[in-house]
Amino acid sequence: MAESENIVAETAEKIFSDLADAQTINSDKEGAWKAPLWQALTEAGLPLAWVPEDCGGSGASLAEGFSVLSAAGRFAIAVPLAETMLAGWLLAQAKISSPEGAMTPAPASPKDRIALNADGTLSGRARGVPFARDARHVAVLAHGAGGLSIALVDMTKCQIEAGLNLANDGNDTVTLSNVAPITIKPAPKGFDQTQLMLMGGVARSLQIAGSLESMLEVSVRYSNERVAFEKKISKFQAVQHNLAKLAGESAAALAAATSAADAIANSTSFNDEVFLEAVSAKIRCAEAAEKGAAIAHQVHGAIGFTIEHILHRYTLRALAWRDDFGSESYWAVELGKMVAARGADELWPLVASR
Amino acid sequence: MTAALRFDPIRLPPECEKLRKEVRAFLADEIAAGTFNPFQPNREDADAREFCRRVGERGWIGMTWPKKYGGHERSFLERYVVTEEMRVANAPTRRFFVADRQSGPVLLKYAPERIKSDILPRICRGEVCFAIGMSEPNSGSDLFAARTKATKTDGGWLINGTKIWTSSAHIADYMIAIFRTSPSTKENRRHGLTQFLVDMKTPGIKVNPIGQITGQFEFNEVVFTDAFMPDDHVLGEIDGAWKQATSELAYERSGPERFLETYYVLTELVRAVGKNPDTRSAEGIGRLVAQLHTMRRMSVSVAGMLQAGKEPVVEASIVKDIGTVWEQQLPHRVRDLAAFVDENVSNHETLEKQLSFAIKTAPKLTIQGGTTEVLRGIIARGLGLR
Repeated sequence: MAESENIVAETAEKIFSDLADAQTINSDKEGAWKAPLWQALTEAGLPLAWVPEDCGGSGASLAEGFSVLSAAGRFAIAVPLAETMLAGWLLAQAKISSPEGAMTPAPASPKDRIALNADGTLSGRARGVPFARDARHVAVLAHGAGGLSIALVDMTKCQIEAGLNLANDGNDTVTLSNVAPITIKPAPKGFDQTQLMLMGGVARSLQIAGSLESMLEVSVRYSNERVAFEKKISKFQAVQHNLAKLAGESAAALAAATSAADAIANSTSFNDEVFLEAVSAKIRCAEAAEKGAAIAHQVHGAIGFTIEHILHRYTLRALAWRDDFGSESYWAVELGKMVAARGADELWPLVASR
Repeated sequence: MTAALRFDPIRLPPECEKLRKEVRAFLADEIAAGTFNPFQPNREDADAREFCRRVGERGWIGMTWPKKYGGHERSFLERYVVTEEMRVANAPTRRFFVADRQSGPVLLKYAPERIKSDILPRICRGEVCFAIGMSEPNSGSDLFAARTKATKTDGGWLINGTKIWTSSAHIADYMIAIFRTSPSTKENRRHGLTQFLVDMKTPGIKVNPIGQITGQFEFNEVVFTDAFMPDDHVLGEIDGAWKQATSELAYERSGPERFLETYYVLTELVRAVGKNPDTRSAEGIGRLVAQLHTMRRMSVSVAGMLQAGKEPVVEASIVKDIGTVWEQQLPHRVRDLAAFVDENVSNHETLEKQLSFAIKTAPKLTIQGGTTEVLRGIIARGLGLR
């Protein structure tokens, strides 16, 4: 990790550990922690990390922003930080300045489409938009007769059907009916919805990998505390092997997600190789979330199944994040199609391309 | 945060891509010349002597070793590229691979100068084959239960006992083995074993091939009856082999050979489903490719750590655990998907034959070179559980 990434990641870590301690958040039924956390993140310039300074952001590099998301995953924080970063990044693609406050990008699923109408208004429905109800603005990618456009839209102009993901975080359906955007500009040449989905997918992959690191940590700690049959459960080989498997899943997720982030950060285009990196990360991290969360719960026994225990903050978010910006099943089909279209003898050259 | 595990995104440097092209061209020529059939992983490799010499001539054995011993002082990442290209092509590397991966590095570290300058250049030329003498009839995963005895005699040691499951012993010129030179102690049950270089031509060594469920005869029983080992064939500290074994494990356990052993069935499946797969095939292939890509990234990352002089023992164990379980399951997953393939596609018979061989190969993958159970024990220790 470069030094600048370290500094940005450390800033984020410090804010999270000061203001988003899992135990504190878990006991706070009123959500009083959210406002000070968001304020500290904003003061540090993190929500608009990926927005250049001339568009109102802090102009951090992609790599620096990705390192913030890893940290956000380790704390399983439930404020629209990743979403605002992604929305700001999307707007910046069209050189649209980002406003203050929380944002979220739409669509958040590869299947949804928002249309740019002939009169310049926007119509369409985006499902599973994270934190829509908490966002002041939505960054929209819209399909029009003349191609793709990127727009900044006032969220109050949209209809929001509130929904919840597995972890009870906002996951809403946003409907636009002839909504006039605040700003709209053509998307840059070559930009498409897949790129938005891949960027979102890699963000979620990093968050899942981060949450798995924490699952491993709390599970190891618990196994070294809990006594059964007159010894620490960490001394039972069955438990040790389960935790070794959890470490493997955590490692796989970390490797896939950081590699994909690095590939995007160091590439000028979303070619086949970057596609492989990004969708593999989403697929493998989602698989790791399933296997890893199951082991973390198994190690904790009944206590980990209680609402009072912090474990669910990590496990349920990791499982929920699988669904955003295209599930692992969706991307596996897309990757399989690409591999088949390239042909059998082009598979290894693709895998070994970097 | 624990943050003990590191898998930084290592990229292969540009010189690796140039090398990869050279290796691919070399292998294509060998295939065209009929040296080996890339679609047939189940052949006997005993006739690959000349191929090994040609690999040596290209400078692809002992790549990371000092030039003074015939090596080429290239990076671990370059060696990685050669290893993975050979593996994916199903090239017959068995004759030199063990020496290249493990035995050579052990000699470099522990052998006396005379032996190093004699044997290492011959390894690099692809002339000698090594075996590893670890397991015995009553000591497999429990390495430190080994009983094959080395008794001090004038000018050397007399060896008596039996090694077993010794891959390539029937074609090997040398073996690096551990023998018992002292009893273990109450304080340290790992004490008392010593590493030796064994010349397989030594009188008193008998190699008995053992048939495997694949139909191959790859591993052997090796019986020692008063076989004499000269003093300068002791490698490292007498009674202290346990101190020497662990650091090599990172090299042995994290390479591309730990997840590519059955890779060929995936290639053939992709060929069989054609350009427009149905949703089921596409999803199945997509997941397998994502898993493969992830393992390769983990494995390259460990190679990068080795290049940087680190000893990522836990990370390497994770790569082998996940990698071998994957390559073991791969033929079964491919079989699931192949059930829906048109039986009239041109490679159907090849795929069936390969699947049959790969499914029979699969059980050994999580046993050889450190069982899954041993690996998970090492990982658990790294996590602070033991």
